[in-house]
Amino acid sequence: MILGLYNYWIVIILMMIGFYIVIAHGNLIKKIVGLTIFQTSVFIFYISMAKVDEGTAPILAEGINQYSNPLPHVLILTAIVVGIATTALALALAVRIKEAYGSIEEKDIQEKDNLDC
Amino acid sequence: MKDLFAVIMLTGIYSLLSASFFVAMDAVDVAFTEAAVGAGVSTLLMLVAITITGRSENPARHKPFLALAVVIVTGSLLIYGTLDMPHFGSSLAPIHQHVTPRYINDSMQEIGVPNIVTSVLASYRAFDTFGEVVVIFTAGIGVLALLMVVRRPEDIEKINFLNESMHEKHLILRIVTKTLIPFIMLFALYVQFHGDFGPGGGFQAGVIFAAAIFLYTMVFGMATARRVINQSFIRILAAVGVLLYGSVGVVSMLNGKEFFDYSALASDPVAGQHLGILLIELGVGCTVTAVMVIIFFNFADRKEKSQHNENKGS
Repeated sequence: MILGLYNYWIVIILMMIGFYIVIAHGNLIKKIVGLTIFQTSVFIFYISMAKVDEGTAPILAEGINQYSNPLPHVLILTAIVVGIATTALALALAVRIKEAYGSIEEKDIQEKDNLDC
Repeated sequence: MKDLFAVIMLTGIYSLLSASFFVAMDAVDVAFTEAAVGAGVSTLLMLVAITITGRSENPARHKPFLALAVVIVTGSLLIYGTLDMPHFGSSLAPIHQHVTPRYINDSMQEIGVPNIVTSVLASYRAFDTFGEVVVIFTAGIGVLALLMVVRRPEDIEKINFLNESMHEKHLILRIVTKTLIPFIMLFALYVQFHGDFGPGGGFQAGVIFAAAIFLYTMVFGMATARRVINQSFIRILAAVGVLLYGSVGVVSMLNGKEFFDYSALASDPVAGQHLGILLIELGVGCTVTAVMVIIFFNFADRKEKSQHNENKGS
């Protein structure tokens, strides 16, 4: 059944929303938000792959035979924290751009650059 | 939506929703992290950033139809690519075949920790996690390099005055926060040390601990918070966390085993694993807390500086 693939389609839709925001908007903060959505879609991709039918959370306990896959959980757990650290770095760059150019719109920044040349 | 404040709030809600989705997908550790990071810290940092960069967006977009076309083409190619993928929830998928059965079946004998996520994170893949901690540390240094404000003494007095006039009003908020903060910190410590048995660990605990400090800073003002939390101490703490993590690896190497093979740390391999996991989770917790606090303080400092300059100008 082709419908069994729906988790990937949801991920792709989310990913494309993030992608669209990144390429269509000129505001740097919006671009960072778009990247966050893109990032979350990748998290959801990994986590939905880890799910096993009838499985439970991967914490060992008596009387449970089927666990979901713990490996993607580990990868995504660290990816989330690394993600916030890099987002903070991106925001810091946006703040510095605002101070240097007086704007965080891509268009204004480019115009200023062209004037300088 | 042109108002960035609303955009950021919606992003926070989206994060919280995805955290609940992760619970439904059995990834409790991940959900924990996402709730603390996505809905808490990242929303807060973005809000601080828009107070500096401005709240509204320029409506002009560049070539939305071209962008839409690119997005649709990429999306359909990706959907075409999924046609060969294993079905959702199938236990026969290749992802469940290679190392995972070993983690699930043998980790109790080898590591002795019920939470498989913790044993994979801190022991089997400790080297990876070490790399990630270093990335977080580097990001902290990057923010420090980009935003650090060197202030002169006369500036500090003026800013103190500004702060006190701002924060005297919210009496109820202050009292409630004061009672809550110890519990938040206690909970962070519980998450830190209970990570072996239930969802939790250094990453989540670090973020929760940092959130307690953020809350304090927001309610009592930067000046008070700066008096309570010594900036150079917190910078050293970030480095100490990474060093603690790395040195556990070096010690196990000096004892004749491989890098991050904790069975060398004690005479009994399982006890060694416990000790090793405890130590590196502590290192992770220290670094994550310290880096988050560094990032937040530097953003807030920057904000104060721009506010101060505006006051001077007017």
